Amino acid sequence: MKEMIKRLVEAYGPSGHESTIGAIISEMVRPHVDELHTDALGNIIALKRGTGSGHAIMVASHMDEIGLVVTWVDEKGFLRFAATGGVSPVTLVGGRVRFANGTLGVIGWERWMRPDAGTRRPEMDELYIDVGATSRETCPVGVGDACGFVRPYEEFGTRLVAKSMDDRIACAIAIEVLAGIGSSPHDLYFVFTTQEEVGTRGALTAAYGIEPTVGIALDVTMVGDTPKARPMAVSLGEGPAIKVMDSGMLAHPGVVRWMITTAEAAGIPCQREVLLGGSTDARAIQTSRAGVPAGCISIPCRYVHTPSEMVDFGDVEHSVALLKALLTGPIAL
Amino acid sequence: MNLQAFTQARGVSGNEGAAREVILKAVQDHIDEHIVDALGNLICHKRPRRPAPEGGRAPRIMLAAHMDEIGLIVTGINSDGSLSFGKVGGIDDRVLVSKQVLVGESAVPGVIGYPPIHLIPRSERDRAPDMTKAVIDIGATDKAGAEKLASPGDYVTFRGEWAELDPTGQRTVMAKALDDRAGCAVLAELLQGDYAVDLYAVFTAQEEVGTRGARVAAARIAPDLAIALEGTICDDLPRLPEDDTSPVTRLGDGPAITFMDRSFIADRRLLNLLLRVAEAKGIPHQFKSAVAGGTDSGAIHVTGGGVPSITVAVPTRYIHAPISMLSLKDLDHTVQLVQAALYALEGGLPS
Repeated sequence: MKEMIKRLVEAYGPSGHESTIGAIISEMVRPHVDELHTDALGNIIALKRGTGSGHAIMVASHMDEIGLVVTWVDEKGFLRFAATGGVSPVTLVGGRVRFANGTLGVIGWERWMRPDAGTRRPEMDELYIDVGATSRETCPVGVGDACGFVRPYEEFGTRLVAKSMDDRIACAIAIEVLAGIGSSPHDLYFVFTTQEEVGTRGALTAAYGIEPTVGIALDVTMVGDTPKARPMAVSLGEGPAIKVMDSGMLAHPGVVRWMITTAEAAGIPCQREVLLGGSTDARAIQTSRAGVPAGCISIPCRYVHTPSEMVDFGDVEHSVALLKALLTGPIAL
Repeated sequence: MNLQAFTQARGVSGNEGAAREVILKAVQDHIDEHIVDALGNLICHKRPRRPAPEGGRAPRIMLAAHMDEIGLIVTGINSDGSLSFGKVGGIDDRVLVSKQVLVGESAVPGVIGYPPIHLIPRSERDRAPDMTKAVIDIGATDKAGAEKLASPGDYVTFRGEWAELDPTGQRTVMAKALDDRAGCAVLAELLQGDYAVDLYAVFTAQEEVGTRGARVAAARIAPDLAIALEGTICDDLPRLPEDDTSPVTRLGDGPAITFMDRSFIADRRLLNLLLRVAEAKGIPHQFKSAVAGGTDSGAIHVTGGGVPSITVAVPTRYIHAPISMLSLKDLDHTVQLVQAALYALEGGLPS
């Protein structure tokens, strides 16, 4: 599984530019599903048919990652940019990026080494990308091109670190479950969604098309276990977090109960999650059409939306076990 | 010229009737049928005029331009005869001071009063005015007098007469409501052409308060793809000449193509198609070089199972102010670009 994780987290795929990561995921899931298609917004929808009269379950993991999009190429070939998704300028200075065509870049700050650089934080419009070009004409990328961050995947003992654990780790969990699940009474729609980071836009249209009777998002969540962290009752290594609420969604109480009792019955450690900032694809699924009971399994993650997002492999394995148990048993909400 | 008549029609979000009438009159001879839906969208249908190439199905294309303009709404009548007001759509307080307005259906003239410079303390002169207590003065001297002229809920438009400047150069024009009567004028022009596409030209309502009209129109039409036509930010004046960083658009450089704004990310296939036809036909064009603002594409692209969408806009200086400015050359080039795209889309969206 770690090899698959490495391949997924190192792939390119900022919001709106998911075709490369989409092709990788399609290739991984194709042997395990009955139907596979891509919708108008680029969502990859993989259906594994159930054996009986179960539910239609949508399991959403988003393929897109936060990134930057070029807004201007100046005369000397430096690029100005805007964020795709929640990117803090604090995480950018000195970072490296890669574009769809392979072009690499370094992020510079106009104020670097100036006397006041130590006392203020960078603003987005003071930053630029240097791709080594010397003029606008010879710059290998242009306005509208998007880039993702470059960081190798690393393992620190049981901790895994990468640029896009959010949310490729969930893609890996979904694929692992899909490959090993055997039969299920339910029709399982594994959806690898687009444009989550800019407002859960892919999940919105995918849910409309699928009309699921139950929705589950798989996503990372923040933790409260680092030095002087904002208090939050989720820690790395204590199992998947069952979302009760975040700033965009109140999980369906029946779904929360189903997840917790299933975890307890299977002896899988889990935590309850209340997240004060951010939301997931579950928000879009829940309010699709006439409404869908929805919830979210969260993978605890440190340093979310930085180029070094950290998860615990034990949490990943327990998330696989929990999702598998949920998708193969009967459901009473 | 359609644009002149369109800009002078009064149609603040939620009250687009007068603008709709003027637009319908301009387009009715070029469409097969039209409806006005529950939210006030004017939905015009023009069936394919030629069979689709190679016997394929003609794609259903939605073109959207919003009829509504930013403005004000009367919230109360004061004992001194003045009118309290709220803003409809995004308006910076700084542009309101001393502007002339027209109130209600009968277009009662008024002014947004503000103390003269003599009474502004020196310490406050370099600060934005506090418009929370500003009122509209319609010349009434007491409540009863004002009540004869206006009522709470009356919509208020800015006065922004049409003027033509630089007629032999950029063909610049100035008027209120160029955002988005410019898009409406482009769309009206496009309707005069014949296409092998199933065309739904929608003049949308309530864009300025959250793309509300486009959402329900797209749900009704369920298009295969959509193009929103807009007037967009143009910040080339005033601007420091040495500042080589992300201008949004420049007047006279052609239609602005959006790759991403706050409401949506453009479909790459449509983006590449627009760039391709612009190059092939030698139509000047530019990117909207900032991720700012939102358009009807934001609502349309997440309708139903999803709709590939893009926005093409006429660069417009001073948008969301009582008066704005654009180049008719840019407007003509916008018509040419979208027309060329419609021809290129006759076989559907390329993969």
